[in-house]
Amino acid sequence: MSVPFNEMEEPGGVRAPYRRIADWIEETGTQLLGRRRDEAEAIFRKIGITFAVYGEGGDPERLIPFDLIPRAFAASEWDQLDRGIRQRARALNAFLYDIYHRGEIIKAGVIPAELVYRNTAYLPEMVGFAPPGRVYSHIVGIDIVRTGEGSFQVLEDNCRTPSGVSYMLENREIMARMFPDIFSGGPVKPVDHYPDELLRTLKEVAPASCDGEPTVVLLTPGSLNSAYYEHSFLADLMGIELVEPQDLFVDEAKVWMRTTRGPQRVDVIYRRIDDDYIDPLTFRPDSMLGVAGLFDAYRAGHVNVCSAPGAGVADDKAIYIYVPEMIRFYLGEEPILENIQTYQCSKKDELSYVMENLHELVVKEVHGSGGYGMLIGPKSTKEEIEEYRKRIAADPAEFIAQPTLDLSTAPTLHEGDLCGRHVDFRPFCLVGKNIRLVPGGLTRVALREGSLVVNSSQGGGVKDTWVLRE
Amino acid sequence: MLSRAAESLFWLGRYMERAEATARMISMGQRMAMLPGTQGQSEWTSLMQATGTPPPEERAITEADIVALLILDPESPSAVQGCLSKARENGRAVRTALTQEMWESLNEDWRYLESMDTQTARRQLVQILEWVRNKAAIFRGAVETSMLRTEGYFFLRLGSNIERADMTLRLLNVKYFLLLPETEVVGGGRDHHQWMSMLHAVSGLRAYHHNYAGDYAPWNIADFLLLNQAFPRSVAFSYGQIDGCLAKLEKNYGGAHNCQRTARAELNRLSRLDIHAVFSDGLHEFINDQIAKTARISKEVSDAYHF
Repeated sequence: MSVPFNEMEEPGGVRAPYRRIADWIEETGTQLLGRRRDEAEAIFRKIGITFAVYGEGGDPERLIPFDLIPRAFAASEWDQLDRGIRQRARALNAFLYDIYHRGEIIKAGVIPAELVYRNTAYLPEMVGFAPPGRVYSHIVGIDIVRTGEGSFQVLEDNCRTPSGVSYMLENREIMARMFPDIFSGGPVKPVDHYPDELLRTLKEVAPASCDGEPTVVLLTPGSLNSAYYEHSFLADLMGIELVEPQDLFVDEAKVWMRTTRGPQRVDVIYRRIDDDYIDPLTFRPDSMLGVAGLFDAYRAGHVNVCSAPGAGVADDKAIYIYVPEMIRFYLGEEPILENIQTYQCSKKDELSYVMENLHELVVKEVHGSGGYGMLIGPKSTKEEIEEYRKRIAADPAEFIAQPTLDLSTAPTLHEGDLCGRHVDFRPFCLVGKNIRLVPGGLTRVALREGSLVVNSSQGGGVKDTWVLRE
Repeated sequence: MLSRAAESLFWLGRYMERAEATARMISMGQRMAMLPGTQGQSEWTSLMQATGTPPPEERAITEADIVALLILDPESPSAVQGCLSKARENGRAVRTALTQEMWESLNEDWRYLESMDTQTARRQLVQILEWVRNKAAIFRGAVETSMLRTEGYFFLRLGSNIERADMTLRLLNVKYFLLLPETEVVGGGRDHHQWMSMLHAVSGLRAYHHNYAGDYAPWNIADFLLLNQAFPRSVAFSYGQIDGCLAKLEKNYGGAHNCQRTARAELNRLSRLDIHAVFSDGLHEFINDQIAKTARISKEVSDAYHF
C-alpha cells in the first residue's frame, strides 16, 4: 500500500485548511492538549453523552472517545462535497419513488429486478403509495472517505435513521467552550442551526390533511437504545415531544399521543426506530414495540413517517453500486462524488476475483451495518480468511467486496503525541420540499494505529469537523 | 405534556426524596443505637418495620443488614441505591423535561455506591449518608433554580412532597415500633434520647427549640413533625405544598380533580387538629391512617393526569 493522503500535511508544509489548527497545536503544545482532552471527556461524561454498545458487556453507557484535533475542509472542498451530497440525496429519493411505483429503472435494465424486489428492506406494503412531497429519506447520512487531493469517495449511504448528528453539534460546542480563541474571527462556518433546519424539513412534509401548525414528534425505542442520548438531544433542541411507542395510539386512522390533558393529534413522526418495529399489525406481530395501526394511518395520509418505511432499500450495499447510474438515470447528470469500486459476489466472474484476492479486500455483508461481520483481508489471519471464504461460498449474494483503500489520515492525539489516524466523514443531508445541508458533519476516526474501522460500535472516536470560509 | 413524562417527573421527585429520607432515618437509627447498653437490634428492627422492608429471616437485624437492605440494594425501592438509580432512570426517560443542571446532578457520581460492599459501606457509613443528603440537596437546588415553573415542575414537586409527608410519618413510626426495654420508663433517659434523635434526623433541633422552648415532651415533638405549619419537613407543611402544587396544576388544566379535594380536606383537618387529641386517640393509628390517605392522593393524581 502506498502512503495514505495526509489531511494536514503536504510535501513542503501544512495544507491551507489546516494552518490555523497547526498554529494552535504549536502554541498550545501537545502536553496541554492531552490534559484538555481529559477535561473534555469529563464534561462529556457529566453531560451524559453516551453511546451504548450491544453485546459487549461492560459499561452500558460508554463514551465515544473525543479527539481534540479538528478535521478541516477548505471552502472549495466543501463546495464539491455539498453539491455531490445533494445530488446523491436527490437521486436516492427518486429511486425510492420509482421502485414503489413504475419501476422505470428496472424496466430500463439499469438495476436487476431481484436486487430490488427480493431485498429484505423492500416493503410491498408501500407499493403505489406516495409519501408527502415524494420524499422517502428525509435525513440522508452519506459516509465519505478521501484518498487524495480533491478525491472523495462515497463508502455507504444511510437512508433510514443515520445517527451521529448530536456529536457533530456537541463536538463543536465543546471545542468552542474550551478553546474560544481558535474560533474568533469566524473562520469556521457554524453548524448549530441544524436542529432548526431539521424541524423545518419535518414540518414541510406534514400530510396534506394537516391544517395549521403541524405537531411533530420524535419516536424513540426508549432510554435503553444506544442512540437515546441523541434522540433526547434532538427533541430537546427542536422543542418537540420525545415519544416512545406506548405514548402513541391510533384511533380512526389518526395518530394520537397520550398527554396529561388527554389525547393530542400527531402529524409528523421522526422515527428513530426500525421499519420492523413501527407497527405490529403490519410488520412484526411479535414486537412489543410499535404502534398498532400506525401504518394504516400513514397510508390514509393522516400522518407522515420520516424516513418512510421501506426506505432501507436505498442504503443496501448491493444497491449502492448502482447509485452513480441512478444519478445519470433520474437526474441526467454526471455523479460529482465517486463510488468505491465494489465487487458483487453474486456475479460469477467478480466472485472468483474476490475469492482469489481475499487477503487484500474488505468484504462486507450486504445487509450488515456498523462494521459488524466484516472481513478486512490485509488485517486477518489465514484461518479467519478461510473461515470467511466458506461463508461467502455458502451464499455469495450476501456479500460484496471492496479494495482496501488508502483512507486519508488526520492528526490525532495519542499518548501525548500527534499521530496520523484514518478518518471518514458523515454529513447529514435534509430532504423536505427543499434540500438543506449544514456545512459540517461527523468525522469518525479509527483510534488504533493502522486500523480502518471507524464505527462507533467498534471503538472509533470522533472529531470536530470544520468547514472554512473562503 | 406526555402523561409518561408527568409520571416520570412525579416519581423522580418521590425517589430523590425517599433516598434522602431513608438516609436520614438510618442516621437516626445509628444515633439511637449509640446509647450505652443498647445492642442496636431493636432500633434496626423498628427501622425495617417502618420502611416496610421485609426483615431477612428469623434472626436479629444488624447494622450490616441495614446497610445491605436499606442502602446497597440496587433493586429495592426502599434502599438508597435503588431509589437513586430509579430516580436517574426516570430522569433519563424524560431527559427533555429536565434542565441541564438537574440532569448533571443526577448523572454525576451515580455509580458511587456500586463499587461498595457492605464492609466498606459500614466503615464509611457516616460519609455515605452525608453524600446522599448532599446529592439530594444539589438536585433540589438545581430544580429550584433552573426549572421553569410549568406543569413539569409541579408534577415533580408534587411527587417529592407526597413522599416527604409519607417519610416523616414513617419516621415517627420508627419510634412506635421501638419498644423500650422493660427496665426503662416512658419519659426516661432512653425515651428522651430517642425523641431527640428524631429531631436530629430532620435537622430540626434548633427550629424545635425556637418553637417549643426546649421542652423535649413527646407530644411537642410529634406536634412539630405532624402539625407545625412552619417546619418544612412536617406533614402539615408537606400537605400545604401538595395542595399548592395541585392548585397550580388545576389552574393550568381547568377543572378540579379528586386528588385536589382529598388534599384540601386533609390540609384543613391537619390545621384544626390538636396533638393531645391525636395522642389520646392513638398516635400509631393516626399515622397509619395518614399514610393511607397520602397513598390515596398519589393514586388520585395518576388517575387525574392519565398515568
